[in-house]
Amino acid sequence: MSIISVKDLNLFYGTNHALKNINIEIDKNSVTALIGPSGCGKSTFLRTLNRMNDLIDDVKIEGQVLFEDKNIYKELNEIELRKRIGMVFQKPNPFPMSIYDNIAYGPRIHGIKDKKKLDEIVEKSLQGAALWKEVKDRLKKSAMGLSGGQQQRLCIARTIAVEPEVILMDEPTSALDPISTSKVEELMDVLKEKYTIVIVTHNMQQAGRISDKTAFFLNGEIVEYGKTEEMFHMPKDKRTEDYITGRFG
Amino acid sequence: MRKVKDNILKIILWLSAAITVLIIVTIVGYIFKKGFKLIDFNFIFGDYSPTSGGGIFPMIVTTLLTVIVSLLISIPIGICGAIYLQEYAKQGRGVKLIRFATESLAGIPSIIYGLFGTVFFVSTLKLQFSILSGSLTLAIIVLPVIIRTTEEALKTVPQSYREGAVALGSTKFEVLYKIIVPSAMPGILSGVILSIGRIIGESAAILLTAGTVASMPKNLLSSGRTLTVHAYLVTKEAGNIELASAIGVILIFIILALSLIAKGITKTINKEKF
Repeated sequence: MSIISVKDLNLFYGTNHALKNINIEIDKNSVTALIGPSGCGKSTFLRTLNRMNDLIDDVKIEGQVLFEDKNIYKELNEIELRKRIGMVFQKPNPFPMSIYDNIAYGPRIHGIKDKKKLDEIVEKSLQGAALWKEVKDRLKKSAMGLSGGQQQRLCIARTIAVEPEVILMDEPTSALDPISTSKVEELMDVLKEKYTIVIVTHNMQQAGRISDKTAFFLNGEIVEYGKTEEMFHMPKDKRTEDYITGRFG
Repeated sequence: MRKVKDNILKIILWLSAAITVLIIVTIVGYIFKKGFKLIDFNFIFGDYSPTSGGGIFPMIVTTLLTVIVSLLISIPIGICGAIYLQEYAKQGRGVKLIRFATESLAGIPSIIYGLFGTVFFVSTLKLQFSILSGSLTLAIIVLPVIIRTTEEALKTVPQSYREGAVALGSTKFEVLYKIIVPSAMPGILSGVILSIGRIIGESAAILLTAGTVASMPKNLLSSGRTLTVHAYLVTKEAGNIELASAIGVILIFIILALSLIAKGITKTINKEKF
């Protein structure tokens, strides 16, 4: 069952044709990995899904992106879209405020003022990000005092606090140490029961470990897309095989 | 040989710092030596006497009123202008032109602003010689300072904060109001402190627009004499260096107090962040 449907997507940065004829269906409640060498367009594609590319001048987008059958440019407004499709970035980016205020930021701007409700949401989100036990006694302390791995889990908690349906992750563990990385990967396994996850990763092993389906990007195109297990063991395209076995990239 | 060069450099740098400190200590020391003994309760709160120059409370009030009104006018316009230039305007030739105009404004000598103020605010707008005319003129003088420091402060806010806020579904206003401006606040406040110093220190521009009436202002349309103007007139008319120095001492205290208050505000804001 697909939750995001991309048809003939072309994206241009000025004259640079960065995404070429992208067609892909993202399944609901699954983890979809986007892999490929640097500069192949996977992050650009990810950011198209929640219209983060709107922030860049001189970007032209052709084609259609449907979120639950609604066109994200023509039928949905970007504020509502970003509430339903959240994003976790490569480098953890907590706001310069307390842990509590970081998590409460999203619910507050979407209208929730009641303190008790906010307290509930903060606790639920931190538990959902496997961070509650570590920070429950210092919610009012600044988020900047947390370690890198904790900050990233805080960002995940912040994202799920607004109850999105999809979580986009742009190389979420590439700036983390191995232990934090495995904690976040464990988290993704749990999160996919409630959310749909699309993750860009440079790490082949990570893609193999956590994803249900994988899309291989090369030079702005999707070369192959399918079940992760099949793709990794029996890739259909030679370029996919070369990349996965490490011959380039 | 290279070690000697290192040592010479160290000495030169140390000397430069020492000279700078020496200059400030000498100036402040001289002013205090000449003027401190004149300061007593009467000097500040007594009735104003044109002969002795004491009773400077009305001048203190005028100075503070001028600072407050100028800031009230220039801070909103300055901050909003800087936000527009940094966050909204397309960075092209139009923006470059506006920035060039702002920078040029900063270089104009204050007597020119005084002349403009006299013609425009005092005569054309018929505000007469008044604290309002003076404050409007001073607001124009410090506007470039506030715009420039606010822009620099906004530039230091990491793009990652903006991205994180947008990805959560914030409107542009929410990103500015809840994330960017609070983050840039220390820089903005340092621009305000600079402006306070500039406003208090102004003499030519305020002399030509607020006048020289040495009595307690009734409202913003009253004419008034600021401390700097008073110091100037006392020196020019009576040659009373001791009195002028005493006024200088008061000025130094006021600037110190206002700077400490502003620094305290910055510290409180920063404490919430770290």
